[in-house]
Formats: sequence, structure tokens, C-alpha cells
Amino acid sequence: MIDDFFVRAILAGAGLALITGPLGCFVIWKRLAYFGDTLSHGALLGIALGLLFELNLELSVFLICTLVATTLMILQRRSSISSDALLGILAHASLAIGLVVLSLMTWIRVDLMGLLFGDILAVSKSDLWMIGATILVTGAVLAIIWRSLFAATVSRELAEAEGIRAQTVEMMFLLLIAAVIAIAIKIVGVLLITSLLIIPAAAARRISITPGQMMIASSVVGVVSVILGLLGSLNLDTPSGPSIVVAAVFCFLLSISPLGDSMRTSLRSRH
Amino acid sequence: MSDTALIRLTNAGYQAPDRWLVEAVSLSVDPGEIVTLIGPNGSGKSTTAKLALGILKPTTGKSYRRKGLKVAYVPQKLAIDWTLPLDVEHFMRLTGQPSINAQAHAIQATGIQHLMHKELRLLSGGEFQRVLIARAIAREPDLLVLDEPVQGVDFSGENELYQLIGSIRDDLQCGILMISHDLHVVMAKTDQVICLNGHVCCSGAPVNVAQTEEFQTLFGLRGHSDLALYQHHHDHHHAPDGSIDHEHHEDCQHD
Repeated sequence: MIDDFFVRAILAGAGLALITGPLGCFVIWKRLAYFGDTLSHGALLGIALGLLFELNLELSVFLICTLVATTLMILQRRSSISSDALLGILAHASLAIGLVVLSLMTWIRVDLMGLLFGDILAVSKSDLWMIGATILVTGAVLAIIWRSLFAATVSRELAEAEGIRAQTVEMMFLLLIAAVIAIAIKIVGVLLITSLLIIPAAAARRISITPGQMMIASSVVGVVSVILGLLGSLNLDTPSGPSIVVAAVFCFLLSISPLGDSMRTSLRSRH
Repeated sequence: MSDTALIRLTNAGYQAPDRWLVEAVSLSVDPGEIVTLIGPNGSGKSTTAKLALGILKPTTGKSYRRKGLKVAYVPQKLAIDWTLPLDVEHFMRLTGQPSINAQAHAIQATGIQHLMHKELRLLSGGEFQRVLIARAIAREPDLLVLDEPVQGVDFSGENELYQLIGSIRDDLQCGILMISHDLHVVMAKTDQVICLNGHVCCSGAPVNVAQTEEFQTLFGLRGHSDLALYQHHHDHHHAPDGSIDHEHHEDCQHD
């Protein structure tokens, strides 16, 4: 069964959605949506450099994303430029440099559309193993740090005062995001990674009343979006990555409709 | 300087990019002691508390905390965003699971039973302060740091909460570092007052501090009169939801 490309696509996508669900909640809670966007643009630079130096692509994307994240943290602390301008500069600088480097390497033919929008139907068996391993590791780390990370999200000062190493868990969180972006490129592509972090989490907010509920709901919405999107893409012959995002947007719209309100009410009464 | 101190600042100063927020502050808090910081707006009270807590690293001087010190903190400001689905019950165990007894006692003492399933961002200012205090004392800390703990709390609630803070010290034998504007309470309940205005103006037992010239320039006559003014007996007791509890009804007395 795992030999079927469509089954592999669903496994890869659903697995990714399981981990982008809770991570995406933190992206939303910490107001890091554009931060995630900047990292994913940096991913293209990671691919270009990975091809140039013949490195494992996921590894080079992970390293470049971590580098961009650290640069951002340092610049935000030191510089007087507002952080949204800084994010824009870094995002487009790394995207542009990545595209230039790719075009300079005339000996390599790259499927640019595949990089920008993903090619989930081309996920191989070995890709699947790597995605699975990454999800297990990131999931385990998140399970350990999430309470501390949540406390630091509610109030950094309060958490620090009461003995939580806010800076350490926040750094680990950025590494998790970088790792997830690295494996997500094949699935939804550079331009749409952040949507898998943000849209399911935003949909989950409307139907949940505790942080734990929101993280689980976000995973569920993500998995449903992947399945719906892939089925749609198969039947309508549309590109897979964008179809998944369209399905996620559909779920979000459902959550802000009266249906979402009644789901929340039923959760509260069970509470 | 004894060895018993929970925290100690020695000549600590903190420099923000544009100016010094506080300079040369020395203070220490012992177990069972209430130390209160007073001073005008912008005098560096919160900064001093953050230095003592280790949230800020002193630019000059030293900041010491006893090893393994269990701290509970009631910050001055805490903004809860719409995106955070967080009710009071979950907030109570934000930085660690308090014991069931301690939590039940804290909830009861602050009168927030009816708020447990409310979302944090929907609470009123006074309710939110009660929840912050409840969370802090449920931790059963060695050191309790309170930054204007009763802001926005109604008049009768204010006194109850100050009573509660005093009794927590007695129950837990914890040290308390408090920032307060209520001079009458400061003078009545505090072991040591530190009067800040960018630096330590004066410090010591409340009675002594109130007589210093520095104190009287900073707080003027109001400071002085506040000491003796407040003698008010309430004839009834309010339950947390606002209803009047007639259990201990006595004759109304106002001095």
C-alpha cells in the first residue's frame, strides 16, 4: 500500500499536519506569523546552497533557517529598525539571493515550481522515513517543553521570575520550526509552509477554550485539510500544495461560521 | 547582612539604552519579612523588583538569590491576547502544579471560586488582580514579589487582600517584596520600607522612615496624614460576587 504514491502523499501530509498543528498555535500566540514566513523564504536559500555544496537539502534548509532565526533575534534586540521591516528585508533578501544562486548554477536544472509550491505526490519511501523521524523527534521535544514555552508565551517575565528558562525553550522552539520547515518544503513548498502553521491554528482558536484543546484541534484541522486537499487535487487535477491550503482556508471559514460557535459551546458544557 | 537573606541586591544599578533607571540600590528580604518599595511614578520600583527577581541583570552591582528559591510573582502588567485560550483554572497551574490544598485555600481566600472557568481576558481589572494573587500564593513560595497587587481592586477588597498578604507571610513564613502606593497599608503592615526615587532615598522601619525629611518631600502632607487617617469599620462583608453577606452584622462605625 505504501508503494502507492497517493498513500505516501497522504501519510507525509498528515504527519506534517500533526506537528504543524501545535507548533502553529505557538506561532499564533507569539505573533510570529511573519517570522515563520521569513524563515520559509530563507528555506529557498538553504536549497540553493545545499545544491551548490552538494549537501543533504533538508539539512541545509534546517541550518539556513536556524541561521536566519538567530540573525533575526540578534538584530531585533540591537537594531533600531522596526521588526516588521526587518522581517521583510530578511525574507526577500534570502528569497532573492536563493533565486540568483539557483540561476547561476547552470549545470543544475531545478524544478522551481516544485520548490515554491511543493510536490507532495513525488514523496518517496525514504522521504517518508525522514519525515516520520523528524515528526517523532520534534513531537517529543515539544511534548517536553510545551508547558514552559506556554508559560513564557503568556508572560516571559513571570515565567523567568518563577524559574522557567524562557530563553532556552524559545530557542528550542525556533529549532523545531526550522526542522519542520525543512521537511515541509517537499510537501507544500516554500511559499505555502506558513499557511500550514497558521491557518489550522487560527481555525482551532474559535472552537477551543484551553491551550491543550487548541493544539489538538489544530492538528485535526490540519490532517483534515491535507486529506481533503489531496482528494480534491486528485479529482480536479489541481496542484496538490495549493489545494491543501485551500482546504485549510475552507476549514477556517467553517470555524468562524455559527457552526464554530456551537462546537465551542459544546466543549464548554463538557468542561 | 545575615546569611538568611532570600534575595539581596548590593549596590545594584540598571541602565536602559537611554538612561539609568535605578542606581545603587541595596536591599535584602529575609524569610517572614515584608519589605515594601514606595516612590513616585518612574522612580524605578518595578525595575528594582525585576533586578531582585533576576528578570533583569544589573548593569552595576550584584544580585543574589538563595539557591533553589521558590518564587511567586505578581507582575504589574499582564496582557492576555485574544489568541490565547486560557481560563483561570489553567492559569493557576501556569508555571507548575500547586498542591490541591494550597490551590483550594488560595482560591477561597481571594474569593475567585466563581471565576474558575472564565477566560482570563474577559475578567475585570480587579478580578484579574485577585486571580494573579491566588495563583502566586497557591505556589506556596519562599519569596512572594507583588508589584502593585491591588490595582483596580475595589475599596473593601483592597483591605481584605492586604490582610491576606499579611496572613500568607504568617502561614508560609515567606519573604515578601511588595510595591505599593497605599501608604497607610505600607506603614501598618510592613517591616521595612524602602523609598525610591532613582536611588534609595531612605529606608528602615516605617515609623522611622515617615519622619525623615526625604519622605516628607516625596509624599508631602498626604503621606503624613495617611498614617493615622485610616480607621474604618465596615458594617457588612461583601461576598466575592458582590452580594452582601450579613453574617457578622454589627453597628456601623466610622471614625
